[in-house]
Amino acid sequence: MAILSINLNLSLGDFSLKVSETLKLDGVTALFGPSGSGKTTFLNILAGLEKRSVGTVSLGGETWQDTQHRIFVPPYSRRLGYVFQDGRLFSHLSVEANLLFSQKRSHYSAATTQPIKTEEVIKSLELTSLLQRSPESLSRGEQQRVAMGRALLNNPEVLLMDEPLSALDIGRKREIIPYIERLANDFSIPMLYVTHNVEEVTRLADTMALLANGRIAAIGDTAEVLERTDLWPLTGRLEAGAILQATVGDTKNGMTSLSIADEILRIPTIEVIPGTLVRLRVQAKEVALAIQRPDNLSIRNMLTAHVLKIDLDETVFAELLLDVGGQHLRSRVTREAVEELMLHEGQKVFALIKSVAFEGRLLTN
Amino acid sequence: MESLDLGPVWLSLQLATVTVAVLLVIGTPLAWWLAFTRSRFKPGIEALVALPLVLPPTVLGFYMLILLGPAGAIGRFWVQLTDTALTFSFSGLVVASVIYSFPFAVQPLQNAFEGVGRAPLEAAATLGAKPMDSFFSVASPMAIRGYITAIVLGFAHTLGEFGVVLMVGGNIPGATRVVSIAIYEHVETLSYGQAHILSAGLLLLSFFVLLGVYIFNRRLPVNRI
Repeated sequence: MAILSINLNLSLGDFSLKVSETLKLDGVTALFGPSGSGKTTFLNILAGLEKRSVGTVSLGGETWQDTQHRIFVPPYSRRLGYVFQDGRLFSHLSVEANLLFSQKRSHYSAATTQPIKTEEVIKSLELTSLLQRSPESLSRGEQQRVAMGRALLNNPEVLLMDEPLSALDIGRKREIIPYIERLANDFSIPMLYVTHNVEEVTRLADTMALLANGRIAAIGDTAEVLERTDLWPLTGRLEAGAILQATVGDTKNGMTSLSIADEILRIPTIEVIPGTLVRLRVQAKEVALAIQRPDNLSIRNMLTAHVLKIDLDETVFAELLLDVGGQHLRSRVTREAVEELMLHEGQKVFALIKSVAFEGRLLTN
Repeated sequence: MESLDLGPVWLSLQLATVTVAVLLVIGTPLAWWLAFTRSRFKPGIEALVALPLVLPPTVLGFYMLILLGPAGAIGRFWVQLTDTALTFSFSGLVVASVIYSFPFAVQPLQNAFEGVGRAPLEAAATLGAKPMDSFFSVASPMAIRGYITAIVLGFAHTLGEFGVVLMVGGNIPGATRVVSIAIYEHVETLSYGQAHILSAGLLLLSFFVLLGVYIFNRRLPVNRI
């Protein structure tokens, strides 16, 4: 774990960033926000790449910046790893030489911890077959794997990741995410993960900070922050939804069962050992409601739920908060439907969820 | 036909080699600065660097003669330092050639550094590489084409210079009589045979050097990040 203390101001024309926060970095912390909210700028300040900021930054006991006392530790002396959006591998070096470049300049000091071993990084990220290749011959996804390995071999105290998956298509994203999860588990280096993709947040991060217009609007447990309806206007593109925790069951006919209390959810196969806890985000618009158990339906997932709250907004839609075995689920239906079905708080309903692709996160504990 | 004196050829090659070495030492930091600075002085410096491209060599030679002469600012200093005059000497030729060929070295280097950009340098910095380390292990290898262009253009341009050399160096065998001057003199004295040999030699040398560079450049991977 690392404690990151920040008290910063940065004004660039119309844009201003003002953050005063102490972040306990443990596992993956997501820094989530729409484009232009200042996420990358924030990482650049931490890394010492943006020198125009005013204030203080410190990690653990080490001060990286203190404008008042004229302290500014240059980027090369800060013990951090940075995975850039575009990878930024050195094109004149082979993959192996890129890794060695980092390892030779490693921040590792014998006093603190064990150095990260090259073989372990290569194994964890499955880089063996790429070592002799030139970065240009790699796919975007492979490049990002190498970039992550390169950053790790520098023995950072914290790993900054700037939308490492944004340049990838969905298929590639799904390929890379397990590697990131594995890194978080295998090397126990706290990660600050910048993204504007809520699925990535749900899947990867336990804790999240929401950045909007250069301010941290909320910070806390990922599920809690994402459920706060008052924050949705700030996040713009964020689709309303809820996060469910489920236990993985058996897999049959290409479908895996997940159990949520007494309810069973069937999703396309995920390769996870039965018994593992997973977290998945279900979008409100994916959830339909019925007041009787419907038969002969293509929808596989039917959860018994109770209506906790009905929010009628100014549009033709209504937003319902449901209770499923003690967990929350959200449903977005039309106001017309609410009236016709005479839905009311406390009522027992059946929540119908189309089997969507798994976009959840494997919980390790 | 009198025997061919190859002295001017060697002198030219020597001059070009020394000039290129000096150009790289002075030109690299300047090109780096121009590539990355946000200073408002940048356009002014760029214009100064580019001046030798447009000025007639005689203008350049004239002012250098004044500046490098024993009464000039640089010349006087040189006399104090070495007890010899800078004008009409090999050292004077080097100074003149460096200034004359300056844009041919600085501009390709500046373009190459701009092509490398800040991104890989930032990446190197976050990996613990100090500025000099980044320069030698990341920026320079990535800018290798720029270096090759700068070396070749600097070398070839120095080999081919005439006006400035004539004004500053004169025609002293073994000291300032480079190949272009020798050719001029052969033509003046109607020794066309010797003028032919030297001219054709220079032509072929230039062609093959450039050919070699273009072939080599094609083999180098294009650096993208």
